[in-house]
Amino acid sequence: MNNPLQDLRVAVTGGTSGLGLALVRALHAHGARVAFVARDAGRVQRAAAELPGTHGIAGDIASKTDTHRLALQINAALGGLDVLVNNASSLGPVPLALLADTECEELEAALAANLVGPFRLIKALLGSLSASAREHRRAALVVNIGSDAAVTPYAGWGAYGASKAALLHLSRIWNEELAEHHVRVASFDPGDMDTPLHALAVPDADPAGLKRPADSARELVAKIVEALGEESAA
Amino acid sequence: MKAAHRPIQRPRDAKLLVVSAAGMLQYAPRSELANFLRRGDLLVANDAATLPASLAGIHLRTGAPIEVRLAGRRSLAVDDLREFSAVVFGAGDHRTRTEDRAAPPPLHAGDTLALGPLKARVLRLLGHARLVSLAFDGTPDAIWAGIAQHGKPVQYAHVHEPLALWDVWTRVAALPVAFEPPSAGFVIDWQLLHALKQRGVGFATLTHAAGLSSTGDPALDARLPFDEPYHLPQATVDAIAATRRRGGRVIALGTTVTRALEHAAARGPLRDGDGVADQKLGADSALRIVDAIVSGTHEPGTSHYELLRAFASDAVLARADAALLANGYRTHEFGDSVLIERGTARQSSEGVRRRGRRDRRGDLIEA
Repeated sequence: MNNPLQDLRVAVTGGTSGLGLALVRALHAHGARVAFVARDAGRVQRAAAELPGTHGIAGDIASKTDTHRLALQINAALGGLDVLVNNASSLGPVPLALLADTECEELEAALAANLVGPFRLIKALLGSLSASAREHRRAALVVNIGSDAAVTPYAGWGAYGASKAALLHLSRIWNEELAEHHVRVASFDPGDMDTPLHALAVPDADPAGLKRPADSARELVAKIVEALGEESAA
Repeated sequence: MKAAHRPIQRPRDAKLLVVSAAGMLQYAPRSELANFLRRGDLLVANDAATLPASLAGIHLRTGAPIEVRLAGRRSLAVDDLREFSAVVFGAGDHRTRTEDRAAPPPLHAGDTLALGPLKARVLRLLGHARLVSLAFDGTPDAIWAGIAQHGKPVQYAHVHEPLALWDVWTRVAALPVAFEPPSAGFVIDWQLLHALKQRGVGFATLTHAAGLSSTGDPALDARLPFDEPYHLPQATVDAIAATRRRGGRVIALGTTVTRALEHAAARGPLRDGDGVADQKLGADSALRIVDAIVSGTHEPGTSHYELLRAFASDAVLARADAALLANGYRTHEFGDSVLIERGTARQSSEGVRRRGRRDRRGDLIEA
């Protein structure tokens, strides 16, 4: 059986910490070709040095003027793209705040990182993703990282939950629209993990009660393999 | 024709002029392009993304400000980018017409250029004082990052506002290898791609490093288009073969697609893979693959216009030009479009008239 991840071209946003870093490591270990994006140039450089052959790209997915530059560097690094994982997320106000105490700028910042940024990046990379689907005769894939906060209304998680709910629905609509072009847009809820983002949200959580990011990354890799396989069987 | 002066790729009022194989002319909104394609046809687009190929900087030996416009590369391989050919201008930017731009300081092999975060060395002159081969320092990732951060899209004086990358990328832009936008592709949006599916029209892509359209220097302009590397996927070769089998037509979206496909078929059956298009197409060129072209509107004398002469006789093109002018079509990369079917053996004007009555549809302006 061939390794379906061998030489698969994957881009991961938010790739220097938490689930993103665990995913980059897992994909790299499975022989995928990986480009990852994160804001801090120093951390990007260190992560790329730790994983030779990966391509680290510094930039902010929440910034409109960064989007096409990032898409250019992703396409150039990998010579095209088969899978995009929109993992970078913003929590909104820290510490978490009730919606009525959330400043509109904080809501806008959460929407920029969790909804508008992924929307723009998917659009900018749709040329490569659809080319991948045509050339390899299998689906290309976008995975948007979700959260149960997108479905369940948790008090205090307003900005994050509303932006992730919007991302979830955006994914569903886009999946309908792009089905005829064999580009699948899926959501993945990794569960409550022991990550920097979770520590910001719930500083006193017991890490022992949280999933390890590497475990969620393994589940996500399995989901990617499954999604790519479904389409080629069709 | 009027120059389109704003970088709007898909204006709601964009127009299309259809030139049939018989030389008949027909007006339509460009949004109706799919209606002129038939079940079984195949539309082939160039999915190259456009590089920010204009790099401002300093010629270190003289301290003179320069603008480097990247213009060519040996291959499309993403890690083969140390060496580019480039056109060098002196001080100034796109707001000055290229014809009026200051010359750069005298360039010699070994000169170093500081281009924002990038450092480049002139390897040699390419038969002209302003055309050089240059090599960048650094790893491929660092060179791509430098170009992405510092470069600006190449643009011309007829568009005043500075272009952003999103202005010059088509909806299907993928590998960043074009030096100017493959602008015929601005006609594409996902609604069109959906309409093609609905009509049973195929869609395929190739990647072709569209080069500079103008340098402002007559001697250099006479050498355009420069050699352009391309990649033709197996899936596209297969789609063309299937189109041929069912009697459909291959419609090239733009001059770059035409140039790549005809180059790939010049020596026998169409083959997938990499090539470098180095031929010029014109009135005497026999087209082996492409049955029709969708193109922007171009002025006589340009290399783009020369290529259109492979599709239609000078008489038909002259009538099309007059119609474009009379009806206010906009020219240049953000302008209106033409769909030109390859003339059936360049019919006599008698044949054109007879067919004109039979095929009448829409706003027939010349039968």
